[in-house]
Amino acid sequence: MVQLTLPKNSTITEGKVWPKPAASRTKEFRIYRWDPDDGRNPRIDTFHVNVDDCGPMVLDALLWIKNKVDPTLTLRRSCREGICGSCAMNIDGMNTLACTKGYDEVKGAVKVYPLPHMPVVKDLVPDLTRFYAQHAFIQPWLKTASPTPQKEWRQSREDRSKLDGLYECILCACCTTSCPSYWWNGDRYLGPAALLQAYRWLIDSRDESTGERLDDLEDPFRLYRCHTIMNCAQTCPKGLNPAKAIAEIRKMMVERQV
Amino acid sequence: MAQTDVKAARPLSPHLTVWRPTITYVMSIVHRITGGALYFGMLLLAWWLVAIASGPEAFGTVDRFLGSWFGMLILFGFTWALLHHLLGGIRHLIWDTGAGFSRAGRNGLAWATIIGSVLLTILVWIVGFVAR
Repeated sequence: MVQLTLPKNSTITEGKVWPKPAASRTKEFRIYRWDPDDGRNPRIDTFHVNVDDCGPMVLDALLWIKNKVDPTLTLRRSCREGICGSCAMNIDGMNTLACTKGYDEVKGAVKVYPLPHMPVVKDLVPDLTRFYAQHAFIQPWLKTASPTPQKEWRQSREDRSKLDGLYECILCACCTTSCPSYWWNGDRYLGPAALLQAYRWLIDSRDESTGERLDDLEDPFRLYRCHTIMNCAQTCPKGLNPAKAIAEIRKMMVERQV
Repeated sequence: MAQTDVKAARPLSPHLTVWRPTITYVMSIVHRITGGALYFGMLLLAWWLVAIASGPEAFGTVDRFLGSWFGMLILFGFTWALLHHLLGGIRHLIWDTGAGFSRAGRNGLAWATIIGSVLLTILVWIVGFVAR
Protein backbone atom coordinates (compact mmCIF):
# COMPACT_ATOMS: atom_id res chain seq x y z
CA MET A 1 0.00 0.00 0.00
CA VAL A 2 1.03 3.56 -0.58
CA GLN A 3 2.47 5.06 2.56
CA LEU A 4 4.24 8.27 1.71
CA THR A 5 5.84 8.87 5.10
CA LEU A 6 8.31 6.76 7.03
CA PRO A 7 7.17 4.70 10.05
CA LYS A 8 7.91 6.16 13.48
CA ASN A 9 11.00 4.04 14.09
CA SER A 10 12.46 5.06 10.70
CA THR A 11 12.35 8.86 10.75
CA ILE A 12 15.81 10.31 10.42
CA THR A 13 17.51 12.48 13.01
CA GLU A 14 20.64 14.61 12.85
CA GLY A 15 23.67 12.60 13.92
CA LYS A 16 27.25 13.25 14.80
CA VAL A 17 29.58 15.62 12.97
CA TRP A 18 32.94 13.88 12.99
CA PRO A 19 36.05 16.08 13.28
CA LYS A 20 37.50 17.42 10.05
CA PRO A 21 40.95 16.06 9.16
CA ALA A 22 43.82 18.53 8.98
CA ALA A 23 44.00 18.56 5.19
CA SER A 24 43.90 21.20 2.48
CA ARG A 25 41.26 19.46 0.34
CA THR A 26 38.31 17.65 1.91
CA LYS A 27 34.95 16.36 0.70
CA GLU A 28 31.88 16.26 2.92
CA PHE A 29 29.91 13.02 3.21
CA ARG A 30 26.51 12.79 4.87
CA ILE A 31 25.84 9.15 5.61
CA TYR A 32 22.79 7.27 6.91
CA ARG A 33 23.52 5.37 10.11
CA TRP A 34 21.41 2.91 12.03
CA ASP A 35 22.65 0.69 14.80
CA PRO A 36 20.36 -2.23 15.72
CA ASP A 37 21.86 -2.35 19.20
CA ASP A 38 21.37 1.16 20.56
CA GLY A 39 17.57 1.40 20.24
CA ARG A 40 17.70 4.83 18.58
CA ASN A 41 16.26 6.08 15.31
CA PRO A 42 18.40 6.30 12.16
CA ARG A 43 20.59 9.41 11.93
CA ILE A 44 22.76 11.24 9.44
CA ASP A 45 26.43 11.45 10.34
CA THR A 46 28.70 14.01 8.70
CA PHE A 47 32.25 13.07 7.74
CA HIS A 48 35.02 14.98 5.98
CA VAL A 49 37.32 12.92 3.78
CA ASN A 50 40.85 13.99 2.92
CA VAL A 51 40.66 13.64 -0.87
CA ASP A 52 44.45 13.78 -1.27
CA ASP A 53 44.69 10.59 0.80
CA CYS A 54 41.76 8.73 -0.83
CA GLY A 55 40.81 7.07 -4.14
CA PRO A 56 38.29 8.71 -6.49
CA MET A 57 35.18 6.58 -5.91
CA VAL A 58 32.48 6.84 -3.24
CA LEU A 59 33.47 3.34 -2.10
CA ASP A 60 37.06 4.53 -1.61
CA ALA A 61 35.75 7.35 0.57
CA LEU A 62 33.49 5.03 2.60
CA LEU A 63 36.40 2.67 3.25
CA TRP A 64 38.63 5.65 4.09
CA ILE A 65 36.07 6.65 6.72
CA LYS A 66 35.81 3.08 8.00
CA ASN A 67 39.60 2.73 8.23
CA LYS A 68 40.49 6.14 9.60
CA VAL A 69 37.46 7.67 11.31
CA ASP A 70 34.72 5.27 12.38
CA PRO A 71 35.36 1.52 12.09
CA THR A 72 31.71 0.76 12.89
CA LEU A 73 30.47 2.15 9.53
CA THR A 74 28.82 -0.88 7.95
CA LEU A 75 28.43 -1.57 4.23
CA ARG A 76 28.58 -4.42 1.74
CA ARG A 77 31.37 -4.45 -0.83
CA SER A 78 33.41 -7.00 -2.67
CA CYS A 79 34.79 -6.60 -6.18
CA ARG A 80 35.30 -2.80 -6.24
CA GLU A 81 34.90 -2.85 -10.04
CA GLY A 82 31.16 -2.85 -10.74
CA ILE A 83 30.61 -6.56 -11.35
CA CYS A 84 29.47 -8.03 -8.02
CA GLY A 85 26.68 -5.55 -7.21
CA SER A 86 27.33 -5.65 -3.45
CA CYS A 87 27.91 -1.93 -2.86
CA ALA A 88 24.60 -0.77 -4.39
CA MET A 89 23.27 2.22 -2.43
CA ASN A 90 21.53 5.55 -2.85
CA ILE A 91 24.16 8.18 -3.64
CA ASP A 92 23.23 11.78 -4.45
CA GLY A 93 19.58 10.81 -4.92
CA MET A 94 20.08 7.95 -7.37
CA ASN A 95 20.79 4.26 -6.81
CA THR A 96 24.17 3.19 -8.06
CA LEU A 97 27.30 1.24 -7.18
CA ALA A 98 29.59 3.06 -4.75
CA CYS A 99 32.61 1.52 -6.50
CA THR A 100 31.87 3.03 -9.92
CA LYS A 101 30.52 6.40 -8.78
CA GLY A 102 33.16 9.12 -8.56
CA TYR A 103 32.51 11.54 -5.70
CA ASP A 104 33.81 14.43 -7.81
CA GLU A 105 30.61 13.98 -9.91
CA VAL A 106 28.62 15.18 -6.90
CA LYS A 107 28.30 18.90 -6.20
CA GLY A 108 28.57 19.75 -2.50
CA ALA A 109 28.12 17.15 0.20
CA VAL A 110 27.76 13.53 -0.94
CA LYS A 111 24.57 12.09 0.54
CA VAL A 112 24.67 8.33 1.03
CA TYR A 113 21.64 6.25 2.02
CA PRO A 114 20.83 2.54 1.85
CA LEU A 115 18.76 1.37 -1.14
CA PRO A 116 15.33 3.05 -0.77
CA HIS A 117 12.26 1.58 0.93
CA MET A 118 14.02 -1.49 2.27
CA PRO A 119 14.34 -2.88 5.81
CA VAL A 120 17.75 -1.84 7.12
CA VAL A 121 20.01 -4.42 8.75
CA LYS A 122 22.63 -1.86 9.77
CA ASP A 123 23.83 1.47 8.31
CA LEU A 124 24.04 1.00 4.51
CA VAL A 125 23.11 -2.69 4.50
CA PRO A 126 19.52 -3.44 3.43
CA ASP A 127 17.72 -6.77 3.86
CA LEU A 128 17.48 -8.26 0.34
CA THR A 129 15.67 -11.48 1.30
CA ARG A 130 12.49 -10.66 -0.61
CA PHE A 131 14.46 -9.41 -3.62
CA TYR A 132 16.23 -12.76 -3.90
CA ALA A 133 12.99 -14.69 -3.36
CA GLN A 134 11.48 -12.80 -6.29
CA HIS A 135 14.45 -13.70 -8.46
CA ALA A 136 14.02 -17.35 -7.49
CA PHE A 137 10.32 -17.11 -8.34
CA ILE A 138 11.02 -16.51 -12.04
CA GLN A 139 13.13 -19.72 -12.11
CA PRO A 140 16.32 -18.30 -13.57
CA TRP A 141 17.65 -21.43 -15.23
CA LEU A 142 17.27 -23.25 -18.54
CA LYS A 143 14.10 -25.34 -18.54
CA THR A 144 13.82 -27.95 -21.29
CA ALA A 145 11.73 -30.96 -22.22
CA SER A 146 13.77 -32.37 -25.11
CA PRO A 147 16.61 -34.81 -24.37
CA THR A 148 19.83 -33.18 -23.22
CA PRO A 149 22.29 -33.01 -26.13
CA GLN A 150 25.63 -34.87 -26.04
CA LYS A 151 27.52 -31.60 -25.85
CA GLU A 152 26.13 -28.12 -25.28
CA TRP A 153 22.73 -26.61 -26.10
CA ARG A 154 23.45 -24.90 -29.43
CA GLN A 155 22.37 -21.35 -30.15
CA SER A 156 22.79 -19.25 -33.30
CA ARG A 157 24.73 -15.99 -33.09
CA GLU A 158 21.52 -14.13 -33.88
CA ASP A 159 19.61 -15.82 -31.04
CA ARG A 160 22.52 -15.28 -28.69
CA SER A 161 22.52 -11.56 -29.47
CA LYS A 162 18.95 -11.34 -28.13
CA LEU A 163 20.41 -11.83 -24.65
CA ASP A 164 22.60 -8.74 -24.95
CA GLY A 165 21.42 -6.02 -22.61
CA LEU A 166 19.92 -8.69 -20.33
CA TYR A 167 22.66 -11.13 -19.32
CA GLU A 168 24.78 -8.22 -17.99
CA CYS A 169 22.43 -7.73 -15.01
CA ILE A 170 24.39 -8.21 -11.77
CA LEU A 171 21.33 -8.26 -9.45
CA CYS A 172 22.51 -5.27 -7.45
CA ALA A 173 18.85 -4.26 -6.77
CA CYS A 174 19.41 -0.62 -7.80
CA CYS A 175 16.48 -0.75 -10.26
CA THR A 176 13.99 -2.63 -8.09
CA THR A 177 14.53 -0.36 -5.09
CA SER A 178 14.25 2.75 -7.30
CA CYS A 179 10.73 1.83 -8.42
CA PRO A 180 7.81 3.60 -6.67
CA SER A 181 5.49 0.79 -7.77
CA TYR A 182 7.80 -1.59 -5.94
CA TRP A 183 7.91 0.74 -2.93
CA TRP A 184 4.13 0.58 -2.58
CA ASN A 185 3.48 -2.99 -3.81
CA GLY A 186 6.78 -4.82 -3.39
CA ASP A 187 5.00 -7.72 -1.71
CA ARG A 188 3.08 -8.55 -4.88
CA TYR A 189 4.89 -6.81 -7.74
CA LEU A 190 8.04 -8.68 -8.83
CA GLY A 191 9.98 -5.50 -9.61
CA PRO A 192 12.22 -4.54 -12.54
CA ALA A 193 15.23 -6.77 -11.78
CA ALA A 194 13.24 -10.01 -11.49
CA LEU A 195 11.23 -9.12 -14.60
CA LEU A 196 14.34 -8.33 -16.64
CA GLN A 197 15.66 -11.74 -15.60
CA ALA A 198 12.31 -13.30 -16.51
CA TYR A 199 12.57 -11.80 -20.00
CA ARG A 200 16.15 -13.03 -20.31
CA TRP A 201 14.82 -16.63 -20.04
CA LEU A 202 11.66 -15.98 -22.05
CA ILE A 203 13.58 -15.01 -25.16
CA ASP A 204 16.37 -17.53 -24.78
CA SER A 205 16.02 -19.71 -27.93
CA ARG A 206 17.12 -22.80 -25.95
CA ASP A 207 14.45 -22.50 -23.28
CA GLU A 208 11.36 -24.67 -23.79
CA SER A 209 9.21 -23.34 -21.00
CA THR A 210 8.04 -20.03 -22.46
CA GLY A 211 4.33 -20.75 -22.02
CA GLU A 212 4.56 -21.71 -18.35
CA ARG A 213 6.86 -18.76 -17.67
CA LEU A 214 4.28 -16.39 -19.15
CA ASP A 215 1.50 -18.12 -17.17
CA ASP A 216 3.42 -17.44 -13.96
CA LEU A 217 3.72 -13.75 -14.81
CA GLU A 218 0.16 -13.18 -15.99
CA ASP A 219 -1.09 -11.37 -12.92
CA PRO A 220 -2.30 -7.82 -12.26
CA PHE A 221 0.50 -7.29 -9.75
CA ARG A 222 3.48 -9.51 -10.61
CA LEU A 223 3.93 -8.00 -14.08
CA TYR A 224 1.36 -5.28 -14.59
CA ARG A 225 2.23 -3.00 -11.64
CA CYS A 226 4.89 -1.42 -13.87
CA HIS A 227 3.67 2.09 -14.73
CA THR A 228 6.68 3.03 -16.89
CA ILE A 229 7.97 5.55 -14.37
CA MET A 230 11.40 4.60 -15.78
CA ASN A 231 13.41 5.07 -12.58
CA CYS A 232 14.80 1.58 -13.23
CA ALA A 233 16.30 2.48 -16.60
CA GLN A 234 17.46 5.91 -15.39
CA THR A 235 19.31 4.45 -12.42
CA CYS A 236 20.78 1.11 -13.65
CA PRO A 237 24.55 1.32 -13.08
CA LYS A 238 25.10 -1.12 -15.96
CA GLY A 239 23.01 0.94 -18.41
CA LEU A 240 20.39 -1.78 -18.86
CA ASN A 241 16.70 -1.19 -19.50
CA PRO A 242 14.31 -3.22 -17.32
CA ALA A 243 11.36 -1.04 -18.40
CA LYS A 244 11.86 -2.15 -21.99
CA ALA A 245 12.17 -5.80 -20.94
CA ILE A 246 8.84 -5.48 -19.11
CA ALA A 247 7.22 -3.94 -22.21
CA GLU A 248 8.54 -6.86 -24.29
CA ILE A 249 7.04 -9.40 -21.85
CA ARG A 250 3.69 -7.62 -22.13
CA LYS A 251 3.95 -7.79 -25.92
CA MET A 252 4.56 -11.56 -25.65
CA MET A 253 1.41 -11.81 -23.49
CA VAL A 254 -0.64 -10.13 -26.21
CA GLU A 255 1.00 -11.97 -29.08
CA ARG A 256 0.28 -15.41 -27.66
CA GLN A 257 -3.43 -14.56 -27.54
CA VAL A 258 -3.82 -13.53 -31.20
CA MET B 1 21.67 -14.03 24.67
CA ALA B 2 18.05 -12.95 24.73
CA GLN B 3 16.07 -13.67 21.62
CA THR B 4 14.55 -10.56 20.11
CA ASP B 5 12.53 -9.98 16.98
CA VAL B 6 15.20 -7.95 15.21
CA LYS B 7 13.35 -7.99 11.89
CA ALA B 8 10.30 -6.22 13.31
CA ALA B 9 12.46 -3.45 14.72
CA ARG B 10 14.29 -2.80 11.46
CA PRO B 11 13.69 0.70 10.13
CA LEU B 12 12.55 1.35 6.57
CA SER B 13 15.13 3.20 4.51
CA PRO B 14 14.00 6.61 3.17
CA HIS B 15 12.53 6.73 -0.33
CA LEU B 16 10.48 9.69 -1.66
CA THR B 17 12.44 12.21 0.38
CA VAL B 18 15.86 11.14 -0.85
CA TRP B 19 15.10 10.35 -4.50
CA ARG B 20 16.30 12.93 -7.01
CA PRO B 21 13.40 13.47 -9.42
CA THR B 22 14.01 12.79 -13.10
CA ILE B 23 11.75 14.06 -15.87
CA THR B 24 10.12 10.65 -16.49
CA TYR B 25 9.42 10.28 -12.75
CA VAL B 26 7.87 13.76 -12.52
CA MET B 27 5.76 13.27 -15.66
CA SER B 28 4.45 9.98 -14.26
CA ILE B 29 3.31 11.76 -11.10
CA VAL B 30 1.78 14.64 -13.09
CA HIS B 31 -0.06 12.11 -15.28
CA ARG B 32 -1.69 10.71 -12.12
CA ILE B 33 -2.54 14.14 -10.74
CA THR B 34 -4.05 15.37 -14.03
CA GLY B 35 -6.01 12.12 -14.27
CA GLY B 36 -7.47 12.80 -10.83
CA ALA B 37 -8.15 16.45 -11.68
CA LEU B 38 -10.17 15.38 -14.72
CA TYR B 39 -12.82 13.91 -12.42
CA PHE B 40 -13.46 17.42 -11.08
CA GLY B 41 -13.32 18.79 -14.61
CA MET B 42 -16.07 16.35 -15.58
CA LEU B 43 -18.19 17.63 -12.67
CA LEU B 44 -17.73 21.11 -14.08
CA LEU B 45 -18.82 19.94 -17.51
CA ALA B 46 -21.82 18.12 -16.04
CA TRP B 47 -22.79 21.26 -14.09
CA TRP B 48 -22.65 23.26 -17.33
CA LEU B 49 -24.78 20.71 -19.23
CA VAL B 50 -27.35 20.46 -16.44
CA ALA B 51 -27.56 24.27 -16.40
CA ILE B 52 -28.20 24.33 -20.14
CA ALA B 53 -31.06 21.86 -19.69
CA SER B 54 -32.47 23.78 -16.70
CA GLY B 55 -33.05 27.05 -18.49
CA PRO B 56 -31.63 30.51 -19.06
CA GLU B 57 -31.49 31.53 -15.40
CA ALA B 58 -29.37 28.55 -14.27
CA PHE B 59 -27.22 28.84 -17.37
CA GLY B 60 -26.67 32.51 -16.62
CA THR B 61 -25.25 31.68 -13.19
CA VAL B 62 -22.84 29.10 -14.63
CA ASP B 63 -21.88 31.37 -17.49
CA ARG B 64 -21.15 34.29 -15.15
CA PHE B 65 -19.00 32.04 -12.93
CA LEU B 66 -17.06 30.49 -15.79
CA GLY B 67 -16.70 33.88 -17.46
CA SER B 68 -15.14 35.45 -14.35
CA TRP B 69 -11.35 35.51 -14.02
CA PHE B 70 -11.52 32.73 -11.41
CA GLY B 71 -13.74 30.58 -13.62
CA MET B 72 -11.43 31.12 -16.58
CA LEU B 73 -8.45 30.12 -14.44
CA ILE B 74 -10.18 26.86 -13.54
CA LEU B 75 -11.09 26.26 -17.19
CA PHE B 76 -7.50 26.98 -18.25
CA GLY B 77 -6.27 24.43 -15.70
CA PHE B 78 -8.88 21.92 -16.87
CA THR B 79 -7.75 22.38 -20.49
CA TRP B 80 -4.14 21.83 -19.51
CA ALA B 81 -4.94 18.77 -17.37
CA LEU B 82 -6.95 17.26 -20.22
CA LEU B 83 -4.25 17.85 -22.83
CA HIS B 84 -1.46 16.73 -20.52
CA HIS B 85 -3.31 13.52 -19.69
CA LEU B 86 -4.08 12.99 -23.38
CA LEU B 87 -0.43 13.37 -24.41
CA GLY B 88 0.60 11.16 -21.48
CA GLY B 89 -1.82 8.53 -22.76
CA ILE B 90 -0.29 8.71 -26.23
CA ARG B 91 3.16 8.37 -24.62
CA HIS B 92 2.03 5.18 -22.87
CA LEU B 93 0.59 3.92 -26.15
CA ILE B 94 4.00 4.40 -27.81
CA TRP B 95 5.68 2.55 -24.95
CA ASP B 96 3.16 -0.30 -25.28
CA THR B 97 4.56 -0.94 -28.77
CA GLY B 98 8.04 -1.37 -27.28
CA ALA B 99 9.34 1.92 -28.75
CA GLY B 100 10.69 5.02 -26.99
CA PHE B 101 12.58 3.30 -24.17
CA SER B 102 16.10 4.56 -24.96
CA ARG B 103 17.49 7.36 -22.80
CA ALA B 104 16.86 9.91 -25.53
CA GLY B 105 13.48 8.36 -26.33
CA ARG B 106 12.04 8.26 -22.82
CA ASN B 107 13.35 11.69 -21.83
CA GLY B 108 12.27 13.20 -25.16
CA LEU B 109 8.74 11.81 -24.78
CA ALA B 110 8.53 13.11 -21.21
CA TRP B 111 9.65 16.61 -22.21
CA ALA B 112 7.31 16.51 -25.21
CA THR B 113 4.40 15.78 -22.85
CA ILE B 114 4.96 18.83 -20.67
CA ILE B 115 6.02 21.28 -23.40
CA GLY B 116 3.39 19.98 -25.83
CA SER B 117 0.59 20.21 -23.27
CA VAL B 118 1.43 23.82 -22.37
CA LEU B 119 1.71 24.88 -26.03
CA LEU B 120 -1.52 23.09 -27.00
CA THR B 121 -3.37 24.65 -24.07
CA ILE B 122 -2.30 28.14 -25.12
CA LEU B 123 -3.24 27.31 -28.72
CA VAL B 124 -6.70 26.10 -27.68
CA TRP B 125 -7.30 29.33 -25.75
CA ILE B 126 -6.06 31.55 -28.58
CA VAL B 127 -8.38 29.70 -31.00
CA GLY B 128 -11.19 29.98 -28.42
CA PHE B 129 -10.81 33.75 -28.05
CA VAL B 130 -10.39 34.35 -31.80
CA ALA B 131 -13.46 32.25 -32.64
CA ARG B 132 -15.61 34.03 -30.03
